[in-house]
Amino acid sequence: MDLSYTPEEEAFRAEVRAFLSEKLPRHLSEKVRLGKRLTKSDMVSWHAILNAQGWLAPNWPKEYGGAEWDAVQRMIFEEEACLAHAPRIVPFGLSMLAPVLMAFGSEEQCQHYLPRILSGEDWWCQGYSEPGAGSDLAALKTRAVRDGDHYVVNGQKTWTTLGQHANWIFCLVRTDADAKKQEGISFLLIDMNTPGVTVRPIVLIDGEAEVNEVFFDDVRVPVENLVGEENKGWTYAKYLLTHERTNIAGVGFSNAALATLKHVAASTQSGGKPLDQNPYFAARMALAEIDLMAMATTNLRVVSAAAKGQAPGPESSMLKIKGTVIRQELSSLLCRAAGPDAMPFLPDYLDGGDNVPAEGPEHAPAAAPNYFNMRKLSIFGGSNEIQRTIITKAILQL
Amino acid sequence: MDFNLTEERGLLRDMLQKFLGEKYGHEERRKLIASGKAYDAGIYAEMAELGVLGAMFSEDDGGLGGAGFDIAVVFEELGRAGVIEPILGNAVLAGSLIAELGTDNQKELIGSVIAGETLLALAHAEPASRYDLNHVTASAKTDGGQIALNGTKAHVLNGAQASMLVVSAREAGADFDETGISLFLVPTDAKGVTIVDHPNVDGTSAATIRLENVVVDEGARLGASGEAFAAIEAAVARATLAVSAEAVGAMEAAKALTIDYLKERKQFGIAIGKFQALQHRMADVLIEVEQARSAVINLAGHLDAPRALRERHVSATKNLIGRASALVGEEAVQMHGGIGMTDEYALSHFVRRMVMIDHLFGDVDHHLERFISLNAA
Repeated sequence: MDLSYTPEEEAFRAEVRAFLSEKLPRHLSEKVRLGKRLTKSDMVSWHAILNAQGWLAPNWPKEYGGAEWDAVQRMIFEEEACLAHAPRIVPFGLSMLAPVLMAFGSEEQCQHYLPRILSGEDWWCQGYSEPGAGSDLAALKTRAVRDGDHYVVNGQKTWTTLGQHANWIFCLVRTDADAKKQEGISFLLIDMNTPGVTVRPIVLIDGEAEVNEVFFDDVRVPVENLVGEENKGWTYAKYLLTHERTNIAGVGFSNAALATLKHVAASTQSGGKPLDQNPYFAARMALAEIDLMAMATTNLRVVSAAAKGQAPGPESSMLKIKGTVIRQELSSLLCRAAGPDAMPFLPDYLDGGDNVPAEGPEHAPAAAPNYFNMRKLSIFGGSNEIQRTIITKAILQL
Repeated sequence: MDFNLTEERGLLRDMLQKFLGEKYGHEERRKLIASGKAYDAGIYAEMAELGVLGAMFSEDDGGLGGAGFDIAVVFEELGRAGVIEPILGNAVLAGSLIAELGTDNQKELIGSVIAGETLLALAHAEPASRYDLNHVTASAKTDGGQIALNGTKAHVLNGAQASMLVVSAREAGADFDETGISLFLVPTDAKGVTIVDHPNVDGTSAATIRLENVVVDEGARLGASGEAFAAIEAAVARATLAVSAEAVGAMEAAKALTIDYLKERKQFGIAIGKFQALQHRMADVLIEVEQARSAVINLAGHLDAPRALRERHVSATKNLIGRASALVGEEAVQMHGGIGMTDEYALSHFVRRMVMIDHLFGDVDHHLERFISLNAA
């Protein structure tokens, strides 16, 4: 075994680092560093910068304008981007829909949609979850009934992340109500400007409207917007989910969060000495760091075992559980470090307003909202309980 | 980056796994422990022949490996089979110190360790030292080319079976000083050496050793006077890696037994492995075993790193191994029910070893505190 990176990988890391230091706008990295909220134009402008570099789609083949990086390169980029406080890359079009189109969509669909994802012309969101069908995804009820050369869609999607910014949504819809749960589902692309589509924001526990409800009321969708075959949507959905779970360990996010936490704990006074000298706080911080050191290696083992460009198998469930638990613990510690300064709710400040005086240390205003927001990690993308069941079935074979 | 074993290490692992699978079954092991012999000389000689001891030493010292991943590969297999044979105290602890500090003359011992002919033991810990490597009160007084050793050494692994001891004693400084500690080669039959042997909870063997005016000459000293601490710490780092890898092997064995049990054992008409309450806990067991394996890889990969980096991984790994071992051991016993508590069934033996490993070279709390102070340094 050899835990060192190859000279090529080191050179790649240096190239990424140089790019980030030159091209990542300071006002964006400051927002991310302080846990402030990003606007749509913040995210779009970062996508455009990455696209100009040819790095927006790390997992896409070169023929579609991707970077075609291997798993280790993608991980290095993620690590560096997190440490530089780059905005996250919104994954719905790039790393969720695009692999499905490439694998199962028509040539016309690829030619039409993929360039528009890269250019930012289309912003995609995901129409998977429904009220009553969360982790039990196949319980979905949204109906699509064929009417000539259209499907007529009725139903409701929920937890639609950043749907307020989107102009397109990829949906799982039921096209055969009589078939078995998984067999009557199709994968449909819906223009959100079609009459009958309504988006309603859901304000969450952190005070932000990150997710939405999307209602479909007799929405007419052209049949050419069907991906693959009718009633085969479950296969495509599962394929998408394996891609959703790539990079799920979030090592880069955790490394950045740990660095912030250490800085805050060292500069926060508690009982006349720095917080990182409080034995209980120091112990919790150290346990999280020790777990993270091992998890980073677990992640590398899984990543390096996965074939080039491929998503890892059921091992990604292991990474999802451990990675999310560590990220949640780090967010909890940062919140505790803020102490009473975690209490003021300052949405204007978090939205980038400069006129709101932030009491206490600079990381304090976002600490509690971030802690609350991070509770989603063990719920979405298949709850951690679902991941344990996957491990039980696929690895332990119980 | 490469997480594959080299061909040589893969062969060694396969060979050792096959050998132990055939010769080191649970029943043989139980009989051996019950006999009170501490180890089986025949098995030990065969392991020496397979290269198990040689793998602990570099080619320069007459071995076939000596790197972190050599130690990890061997000890994971020893842990998987529950081997009690004296490889840790002999080759990894005492042997590493002779390799590090010995003169050419003194290093001749290594050849006979590799051949399985000589058994060494490290007599370093003391009744009150707990996990502090710098806490040495045994004294070494030089008088006219002769050195007199006095003190009591505790938990000397295979101390009663060894023919030669590596003994730490203080030549200068106060009880907790890092400087002033020296190491000496002392034959176990030297005048003034008293050895009280005892079995450990996990089936291994250790001894309490008293030194009363044990006289050795200057040639018995390993390395420079008063400067042995760094080498002791490095040898303990190697031993920590060894027992951490051993714990992973034991965890793998416990995990495999538990999975089999969950599939076979029926209650309320179905296999208990169908109960989600147990499935999810077993998934967590699997995750912790993989985390433990990653921690061992981290330490193995940094065993030859500069001291600060190496010790950071020593403490991180030992802390994580201790936590994972407790979780895996306790859950495995719980999921087995009463049978997991019995001496007759193999699980209890793996669990005892996993938990006792936490008491070797520093437990979870010791290493958590140490990790924090290394971070602050």
